Amino acid sequence: MLDIRGLHKVYEGSGRRVEAVRDLTFTVSAGELVCLVGPSGCGKTTLLKCMGGLLTPTAGEVLLSGKPVSGPPPGMAFVFQEYGRSLFPWMRVGQNVELPLKQKNLTKARRKELVADALESVGLADAAGAYPWQLSGGMQQRVAIARALAYEPQVLLMDEPFAAVDAQTRADLEDLVRGLWRERGITILFVTHDIDEAVYLGERVIVLSASPTVVQEQLKVDLPDERDQLHTRVAPRFAELRTHVYEQIQAAKRGIPQDAVTKSNTPPLH
Amino acid sequence: MIGRLLLRLLFVLALPVVLVALWWAASDGNTDPFWPPLRTILRTFPDVWTVDRLRTDVVPSVLRLLSGYATAAVVGMALGTVIGSYRGVRAVCEPVLEFLRAVPPPVLIPVIMLFAGIGDTMKIVVIASGCVWPILLNTVEGVRAVDSVMLETARSYGVKGPARLRHLVLPSASPQIFAGLRQALSIGIILMVISEMFAASNGIGFTVVQFQRSFAIPDMWTGILVLGLLGFLLSVVFQLVERRVLGWYHGLRASTRRS
Repeated sequence: MLDIRGLHKVYEGSGRRVEAVRDLTFTVSAGELVCLVGPSGCGKTTLLKCMGGLLTPTAGEVLLSGKPVSGPPPGMAFVFQEYGRSLFPWMRVGQNVELPLKQKNLTKARRKELVADALESVGLADAAGAYPWQLSGGMQQRVAIARALAYEPQVLLMDEPFAAVDAQTRADLEDLVRGLWRERGITILFVTHDIDEAVYLGERVIVLSASPTVVQEQLKVDLPDERDQLHTRVAPRFAELRTHVYEQIQAAKRGIPQDAVTKSNTPPLH
Repeated sequence: MIGRLLLRLLFVLALPVVLVALWWAASDGNTDPFWPPLRTILRTFPDVWTVDRLRTDVVPSVLRLLSGYATAAVVGMALGTVIGSYRGVRAVCEPVLEFLRAVPPPVLIPVIMLFAGIGDTMKIVVIASGCVWPILLNTVEGVRAVDSVMLETARSYGVKGPARLRHLVLPSASPQIFAGLRQALSIGIILMVISEMFAASNGIGFTVVQFQRSFAIPDMWTGILVLGLLGFLLSVVFQLVERRVLGWYHGLRASTRRS
């Protein structure tokens, strides 16, 4: 579904050359929920923007269903961290969700149906007439998610979407994303700096190194599909996985390649 | 609810009432012909500003003002959007704009008279050429200041071209554009009066000058009152429009202040 091959990104400007992403290669198959986690400032956002066609990589390529991405592809939807700056405050919630659909050749009835359905599935069916700033932060991010869903993407890119909401709201939103993923079968690529969040959400976790970024490790999360905040987070396997990812991140910060930390791709079961 | 409304009305009216009373008291019994008592001015008012005079002098003035203002709004917003959107255009235009803005518009009247004559066209051109600057410069700033995350959002969802302009750039710049429109309105009124004082056969500015030249001093003062009332009325209308168009902005600001 999504192929990232030898992605390399260098920012140049005012005499400074910053190599944000050195060499990234990985794939995401259709219907997968993959979490990207790495130390802060490791070029996660750069990577996601290259994938979403918002930035042009210096070298390497991103393929969506075999086709190279050169601009924002219609099959991808983006959820930004800054929900307050991503929703348009002059439009009501329903209009915000509908706006991207107006660029697709859809009938008015179909648009209405998609908007209502998307708002329904994030639990905001009756907020269509409100302005975004009349809603709480968590609800605003739900609107942004609804906008992405209504766009009917094959791939959903989420850039630290819950970094700015409080812990309880965050837990609810995590369950919402997992629920939507299971229900709709979309491919989701979720960037976060929160290790627990990555392990709780993902089917697979890709650990990135510190900048200039390479893939530190890929890890399959062998937790059951049915997850909940109460039990999953205290399961022994969850603790093992998060400890493992944590070690990898620490190693990444110190700049040690993964082989030196552990030999296998998944930590052994006991 | 009613009590609150009355209290607000009291706040709004208190100062004007006090000022008028002061003027009344200070001018009452004044024998200086240039400072007639307010009592005399008000008595003259209905005689001077008859329906007939409203039609022959006030209506032409207002029409000139509105045509000039509308022209300035369209030109200012269109040019401002182009200049604000392209860095290259901005680099070329900015020094020229700064210069042109610094030229006081009344000074252009003699020049504009040379090619636009002394008719309505001249007055509309003068009003438009003065009003256009605050609108233009504010539009440039507003268009430049569109949030980067919003721009990226629009890009990633394929919102581009006219849709981007209509749903993102212009609404986002609208608070700033309205600030420019507000400044332009008062400049417009000033230029309306001045252009009518130069060369005209009707209009409020023309009437005021006529009265002054024929030593009809109380009548002249009524003309000034009419100008004040006109300005007040226009600003009330402006506020009503602004509150409607920028309702979202005031709500957003109120909600960020609360949190």
